[in-house]
Amino acid sequence: MSEKKKRSFRLPNMTSFFASMISIGIGLVFGLILLIILNPEASGEAFVSLISAGFRSSDKFAKVLYQAAPLIMTGLSVAFAFKTGLFNIGATGQYTVGGAFALIAAIQLQQPWYVCLILALIGGAFWGLFPGLFKAYFNVNEVITSIMFNWIAMFAVNLTINNLPMMLAKYWGGAQMDRTANLAQANPSALIPRLGLDELMNSNYMNISIFIAILFAIVAWIILSKTTFGYELKACGFNRNASIYAGINAKRNIVLSMVISGAFAGVGGGLYFLAGTGQYTLLKQLLTAGFNGIPVALLASSHPIGTIFSALFVSYIQVGGDAMQPDFVKEIIDIIISVIIYLAAFALLMRELLTRRSMLAHDAEGDTPLPPADPEEKSEVSES
Amino acid sequence: MNILADILSATILFAAPLLMVALGGMFSERSGIINIALEGIMIIGALCSCLFLRVLDDSGFGALHPQLAMFYAVLMAAGTGALFALLLAFASINLKADQTIGGTALNMFAPAFAIVLTWAIQGQGQTTILIPTWARITQETFGIVEKDTFLQNLIFKSFYQTTIWAIVLLIAAVIVLYKTRFGLRLRACGEHPQAADSVGINVYRMRYAGVFISGVLGGIGGLAYTLAAGSAFQSTVSGYGFLALAVMIFGNWKPWNILGASLFFALFKILGSYSGSIPFLPKFENIKASENIYLMLPYIVTMIVLILTSKKSRAPKSEGIPYDKGRR
Repeated sequence: MSEKKKRSFRLPNMTSFFASMISIGIGLVFGLILLIILNPEASGEAFVSLISAGFRSSDKFAKVLYQAAPLIMTGLSVAFAFKTGLFNIGATGQYTVGGAFALIAAIQLQQPWYVCLILALIGGAFWGLFPGLFKAYFNVNEVITSIMFNWIAMFAVNLTINNLPMMLAKYWGGAQMDRTANLAQANPSALIPRLGLDELMNSNYMNISIFIAILFAIVAWIILSKTTFGYELKACGFNRNASIYAGINAKRNIVLSMVISGAFAGVGGGLYFLAGTGQYTLLKQLLTAGFNGIPVALLASSHPIGTIFSALFVSYIQVGGDAMQPDFVKEIIDIIISVIIYLAAFALLMRELLTRRSMLAHDAEGDTPLPPADPEEKSEVSES
Repeated sequence: MNILADILSATILFAAPLLMVALGGMFSERSGIINIALEGIMIIGALCSCLFLRVLDDSGFGALHPQLAMFYAVLMAAGTGALFALLLAFASINLKADQTIGGTALNMFAPAFAIVLTWAIQGQGQTTILIPTWARITQETFGIVEKDTFLQNLIFKSFYQTTIWAIVLLIAAVIVLYKTRFGLRLRACGEHPQAADSVGINVYRMRYAGVFISGVLGGIGGLAYTLAAGSAFQSTVSGYGFLALAVMIFGNWKPWNILGASLFFALFKILGSYSGSIPFLPKFENIKASENIYLMLPYIVTMIVLILTSKKSRAPKSEGIPYDKGRR
């Protein structure tokens, strides 16, 4: 029994990897067609830079790693919630609050980077607490709470930063009124260490944030698949009533899922703003970084280790998209990613077919779970 | 008195898109499909109808028959929104994919596509589509002399055809959902599709219909939002699709409640932006950037109301679960 269980767990991972690769291939072809339609003359060169810019030079590759770190974290945030049966659309808010906590610790309180990062984690977890509590104790859908708290986070952070005079760039001799201080001026010790990597890669984007993000992905994977606690979280996601019956405290687990999910997004915000290359701008728009976690998680089929690779991929073609300018708009990248995600729906179908075939081939005992039905098999039942 | 008229007319202006899009979400969820793609549908509807308005303006037709041109634009928004929504229906009904996957893909596609298309049509760097000035309904439309009275300010300050459509579609939604055979069947598919199937209702077809209707309403809502937000389309509806989703849950998946929820939310939102000019509101003079407190208000108040009313909240039972004939 245990051997069979192992196989059926391992198999979907491989097939989902192949399915994702095929989706990516089709998505890129779609992008190429789009480029040809928009501007046939420049399309060839643009496509080459789209798929190769990230590897073209060490500083471009550093940019890929730099962008991937927060993406891994927000992707992990969404993926962790998905695994436990929740949809965390509030990664944006948690990312914003995490980033703000980190910046306040860095500039107002003059703390070193690791303290700032821990505060970012606490900030994100704090913001994840609300959707969790409201879902568990008041039966409010976590999607609506997350959406509302995204906006509340943005206004609250704008309000707070405006009222802490040290936070703004103007206090430190900067010219802009609408953003937080440049960390290199305000508190260099809060910058995430570079350990000489920046000189090695010849880019001031490079720091150790990518390694921190990978570490968190491994932690998430261990929690989810190697601990009883993670098993309980997943059980609540699969069937809340059954897990209550089995003696699991479902309410506590829902809250903890959201808190952990929020903590990941918060660290993402911390990693981004403590890199020193981005300042928080007092805008009236939600930060898109949190929403980008959703495609990263979906592309990885919500597997924590998978999010590392999907975030690297997304970041890689984003760098490629920047290199296509000014002949093409960089939003073409978003179109390609959206096509890939849409194809993930087809991938699901493909995976089911592959799984079923291999199960039929390997299993002679006859107690395989009922394979999902094929949509082609549906018969037409007419109205009236 | 004039400020009251301003606030009321702005409230109605912003409530109209929320109402239509939330009703769209309601139809989709009542049939069993969670439509997280409303944001993307709004953008596509707004994009196509605004481009169409430009074409009508350039040809001179719009200036001659402004309201007829607007009517065509509304049809355009409805049609393109519905077509776009069918992509979600295909992924979640035929392919039985997770409904958030298709929705997320469409939400990501729409704004990027809008930017790419506006660039391609209007030339590099031109990412806004201006809305012709004749789109608004004014006193002139009815041949009334313009006066600075309360009633005229209330009605004509910001009056667009889409507001009329919001009212018409609300009434139509109530009738379709509660008074027709189609509505009953649609609701059955969201509650217990297996039971619906066993009495001969085609669940796949009903779910397609639900998503299609949500596309129609979402597309018109996108146009209504763009008209309300300013004088141009800028490839975004600033999260209104998600807000509409919240309004729908707030309105407990019922048309009249959704009307109440959208008016409530819009009123608090407008109070936030008018907070400086309303005499009786506290000003928080020793706090910098205090307008943020008022901007936060609609979201916080909605959360409080949701907690208070959550005991009665009841989502369609089978929403989000792909229907599989094989699993009865």
